[in-house]
Amino acid sequence: MFDGYTSSELMSIFAMQGFAGLSLFSVFVLMALGLAIIFGQMGVINMAHGEFMILGAYTTYLTSGFFQSYLPGLFGGYFFIAMVLAFFICAALGALVEWLMIRHLYHRPLDTLLATWGLSLIMQQAYRSIFGAREVGVDLPEWMMGAIPVTDMVDLPINGLFVMVIALSVAVGVYLLMYRSGYGKKVRAVVQNRPMAEAVGINSAGIDRATFALGCGIAGIAGAAFTMIGSTGPSSGQAYIVDTFLVVVFGGAQSLIGTIVSAFGISQAQSTMEFFLSGSMAKVLTLLVVIGILMIRPEGLMALKVRR
Amino acid sequence: MKHSSLMKWFVSREGLYYLALAFLLVVILPLTLDSFRLNMVGKYLTYAFVAIGLVMCWGKAGILSLGQGVFFGLGGYCMAMFLKLEASTPEATAIQSTPGIPDFMDWNQLTELPWFWEPFHSFSFTLLAVIGVPVLLAFVIGIAMFTRRVGGVYFAIITQAIAAVLTILIIGQQGYTGGVNGITDLQTLMGWDIRTDEARNILYFICVAMLFLCLFAARLVQNRKLGRILVAMNAQEMRVRFSGYDVAAFKIFVFCLAAAFAGIGGALFTLLVGFMSPSFIGIVASIEMVIFCALGGRLSILGAVYGALLVNAAKSGFSESFPELWPFAMGALFIGVVLAFPDGLAGLYKSYVMPLEDKVFKRNKSKSAPVGATPAAKKADDYSPMANTCSPEKS
Repeated sequence: MFDGYTSSELMSIFAMQGFAGLSLFSVFVLMALGLAIIFGQMGVINMAHGEFMILGAYTTYLTSGFFQSYLPGLFGGYFFIAMVLAFFICAALGALVEWLMIRHLYHRPLDTLLATWGLSLIMQQAYRSIFGAREVGVDLPEWMMGAIPVTDMVDLPINGLFVMVIALSVAVGVYLLMYRSGYGKKVRAVVQNRPMAEAVGINSAGIDRATFALGCGIAGIAGAAFTMIGSTGPSSGQAYIVDTFLVVVFGGAQSLIGTIVSAFGISQAQSTMEFFLSGSMAKVLTLLVVIGILMIRPEGLMALKVRR
Repeated sequence: MKHSSLMKWFVSREGLYYLALAFLLVVILPLTLDSFRLNMVGKYLTYAFVAIGLVMCWGKAGILSLGQGVFFGLGGYCMAMFLKLEASTPEATAIQSTPGIPDFMDWNQLTELPWFWEPFHSFSFTLLAVIGVPVLLAFVIGIAMFTRRVGGVYFAIITQAIAAVLTILIIGQQGYTGGVNGITDLQTLMGWDIRTDEARNILYFICVAMLFLCLFAARLVQNRKLGRILVAMNAQEMRVRFSGYDVAAFKIFVFCLAAAFAGIGGALFTLLVGFMSPSFIGIVASIEMVIFCALGGRLSILGAVYGALLVNAAKSGFSESFPELWPFAMGALFIGVVLAFPDGLAGLYKSYVMPLEDKVFKRNKSKSAPVGATPAAKKADDYSPMANTCSPEKS
């Protein structure tokens, strides 16, 4: 498949596709982080995670519209406000969903999967009724447009770089929260041994709700970031959800580092192969390799060793 | 079953449930519906095959597969390939640049039939493949997953990913599979035109007959020790393993059984509807199949048939009059069934209708009780943690 390319061309192709893969990587990381903390904490698979992400994207879309009409002077900075709004709106909805639905189903993880799928259908149709079936896009602020030329063949678009910075900052933030804060200590205690954690006085139900809300909030940030590199439609979330599940499972459900490594591996493999094969075959091959590895190593790349 | 006990079974309560379903499908619906509607009911019934498989696999054994569409689709595609080859005779396709191959291959500049299409010239091979291909895939997945003790949510996600892979593959390999349109324009089965109303009616009755065959096969499994082990595995997998049973083998068996049912359903779907496309395989289609089973009652094979009929009838009804409301209804159905009625219609029937039946048939029941439930069987029920969620046909 490398026939007919000189080595310098190949290098540029790998660099360009690698960078394109990095945008995908950023979306994967942001989506998967939220999913992984929910899954790792409660064993719950949130099928509506993609729809929470799209909620964040629509929040950003509305915020950009608001700034355009009422505060055009501050338009350059609207994105940061939108991101904070998206986080809190999604987290609030997440807490509500946890209270109404998820907490009744903790002992039935497969049923949670079906119930959240139902939720995702309702959310999707709600977006379709409110925002219409057409995809919407936001106007990027001036400073985010353009590209940085690295060599004469390789250009790096600024919005892609920016999204990557967000993804990495969120990842660092989640790491600090999980491993350097009192809340994180409690979360890890509940993950490792729920009855013991409860016995020492940790309110595990409260931790569950906070974690679910946090996961959904991060999905909101993912949605806000997503608007910078693509347009948003009612069913955009569904397009990413299977990939994201695989990222989480592949990385080892309770390992944040594993999640990031597997997001990197899957996005790079897909994007590099996309150049040489057709897009669909690249995706098929990537997914098949991931499924194959999961069959050999079901606990994922970096599994947390816990005595059960 | 001996002749006399067969008669007794038919007048027992369980037998009456089966007779009622048969009466509905064979007498009432064909007499009240026109040919077009009856064909649609037949289409819904092909989903009931998948739902019965899911009852065995998910309800009884606790293995949730979100990729049943894969097996449904493979069965359907096997049948569609045979019908397509029959429709693509050199005479019928004389205007193509390569006559004698299916039209979509010609459009995609293929000049000869791919090797994996060749065996589908034979009808007996096709019938074998309709069951064999899904079962083989299920067997490979099962060996890989269950012997490594992958289960629960992980299994659900991986089967979902397999559904995604197969859909993308079929859409991407347009020249070999017909792409996103699927395999269309199917005309005859061994020279018999399947598009006429008469043929469709006959196919409907074949579908009902096959459905009852599958129902009896599933019933055979669930009423044997095999079925008890499946239920036990769901409740206490470790205890079953420590009792000396090979848990993985039972899981592989039930997953293959579900795949076989789904494959038969898919093949009948192709015959009744006249085409097959990747939209019946994908993630959305596969997860919808789970709701047929969940609504009917995840532990009841008869419930699964009603579940498939009701959800699909509601879907067509809504889509005709309020298309934008259907996703809300479907979403509410998913949430409602899981949160409020985890045992579905069969559970509701058991708790509300059966007490009434008991009153009506009180005399009848006291006479037949020793036949229906031996003390040993009753005891086993009491031990099972699922005792209060039994399917209605276990009287």
